[in-house]
Amino acid sequence: MSITVKDVEHVANLARLELSEKDKELFTEQLNSILEFAEKLNELDTENVPPTSHVLDIKNVVRKDEVKQSLPREEALRNAPSQEEGHFKVPAIIE
Amino acid sequence: MSIIEKSIREIHTLLLNKETTVSELLNTAWSRIEETDNKVNAFVTLNKENAPRRADQLEQEIADITDVDDLPILAGIPGGIKDNICTQGMPTTCSSKILSGYKSPYSATVMKRLHAAGAVPVGKLNMDEFAMGSSTENSSVQLTKNPWNLNYVPGGSSGGSAASVAAGQVVFSLGSDTGGSIRQPAAYCGVVGLKPTYGLVSRYGLVAYASSLDQIGPITRNVEDTADVLQAIAGYDEMDSTSANVPITNYREALTGDIKGLKIAIAQEYMGEGIDSQVREVIEQAVKQLVSLGAEVEYVSLPHTEYALPCYYLLASAEASSNLARYDGVKYGIRAEGVKDLLDMYKKTRSEGFGDEVKRRIMLGTYALSSGYYDAYYLKAQKVRTLIKQDFDNVFAKYDIIIGPTAPTTAFKIGEKTSDPLTMYLNDICTIPVNLAGLPAISIPCGFVNGLPVGLQIIGKAFDESTVLRAAHAFEQSTNYHKQRPTL
Repeated sequence: MSITVKDVEHVANLARLELSEKDKELFTEQLNSILEFAEKLNELDTENVPPTSHVLDIKNVVRKDEVKQSLPREEALRNAPSQEEGHFKVPAIIE
Repeated sequence: MSIIEKSIREIHTLLLNKETTVSELLNTAWSRIEETDNKVNAFVTLNKENAPRRADQLEQEIADITDVDDLPILAGIPGGIKDNICTQGMPTTCSSKILSGYKSPYSATVMKRLHAAGAVPVGKLNMDEFAMGSSTENSSVQLTKNPWNLNYVPGGSSGGSAASVAAGQVVFSLGSDTGGSIRQPAAYCGVVGLKPTYGLVSRYGLVAYASSLDQIGPITRNVEDTADVLQAIAGYDEMDSTSANVPITNYREALTGDIKGLKIAIAQEYMGEGIDSQVREVIEQAVKQLVSLGAEVEYVSLPHTEYALPCYYLLASAEASSNLARYDGVKYGIRAEGVKDLLDMYKKTRSEGFGDEVKRRIMLGTYALSSGYYDAYYLKAQKVRTLIKQDFDNVFAKYDIIIGPTAPTTAFKIGEKTSDPLTMYLNDICTIPVNLAGLPAISIPCGFVNGLPVGLQIIGKAFDESTVLRAAHAFEQSTNYHKQRPTL
């Protein structure tokens, strides 16, 4: 399985990354070499092997369903690059 | 010997006997950092404002105690924290441009536990961006150097954490280990690094890279200190959905110095092709040492070892691509200027904020999870992970621990491997299988090759940190490698 510059453009879009032409070429080459290396896994017959879903035999931890104070709004907004009237501010979505 | 070169227990006794103070300890750490960090570049942030306040508070607490047993073991001990562990009141940047200036509104559970145990965090330590790398060269902040030779890398991704301990700047540090990121830099810098069993130490507040593999652990100059730091941070946490509710043993009691009859396996795959011949010789010497202490050593096979590396890179990248989706320029971090719409903002922000290695892994992970490729890559890798775990189960049915080198070579030169990611990835070949199986493992100093330290890796059964620490301690007590210090 070999990936092309077009595949890299498609994946970059899914990953919300913008790549320069030079980066596209470089990533195509590097991802191909990593994926070629990953082909090694196909040497193994895993037909009847269950996938690992959790590495240890432990159950998910759940907290008690209790009402608690949440992070204060100003604290939650403090690190936002742009905010207004208690909201995160982003470019307009609707024309 | 500088006061912070002493062990945690020794410092504790000095504090109890009023032969030193918390402020003196902190000032010694500051002086050493000032004297050496322009060469090593381990720290990305210094906790100059809060640490002295904390020291004063601890001084008061020490003055007020009536029973010496009430003084927690880490009281006043200066420690450094890897910059992917959330610390309220200090920046947490993961050495990434995208999080520059970010201050977490809360502290990680390990920070709360260190606080309760009395430790003084002196600052945040450099790392490979988002913990992705094996040399700390992927940091967007600075290049950390190996204290043993400033032309060499300190290892990664907890390179800053290992270098600061090796340089005598702090008594201990915390790192995180996803594929070897505590053990490999510990080996390169000649210090002790422990990756605990998955689930033993809470990951709440650790900025996630690959959630099913990440684990926080201590880096120190001797095994006894590792046991003390682990004791402080280990334990169940309802804030971490993967936390293990298991009884926590007394790790210090495990340090008996006696390993007579301990059944040790050496994985032949960790000693074969790809391992530097001089590193192999040092490990063989360490094996003889363990035998002389009464351990029974035999060669075994972990047949799926050669598949661990591709398996890891697919799984870790897939999890990273998902975890790093949250950096979109909305809630925190930087935001690109001059964007035309929301999608453009996401793309430009992420492209400007992430470095090349992070982008490469996000791309690989997104591809492996994308429609049509999930079964071929992600699911296949999860099945191979099961086989790797079964390899360990089979060996541990008969043996107490598995040993081998921590890394295939000693530290490499700065810039030597940056252009070839695949060669860089090979560096983690001895550590990665352990993360895939969720097991505990330690790296301890066991010799030198051309003036650079070599690490011995000791792997244990799940939640059997005690046996890992016992074996490591017994070896350490019978050798002097851990007492050697780099000249800076």
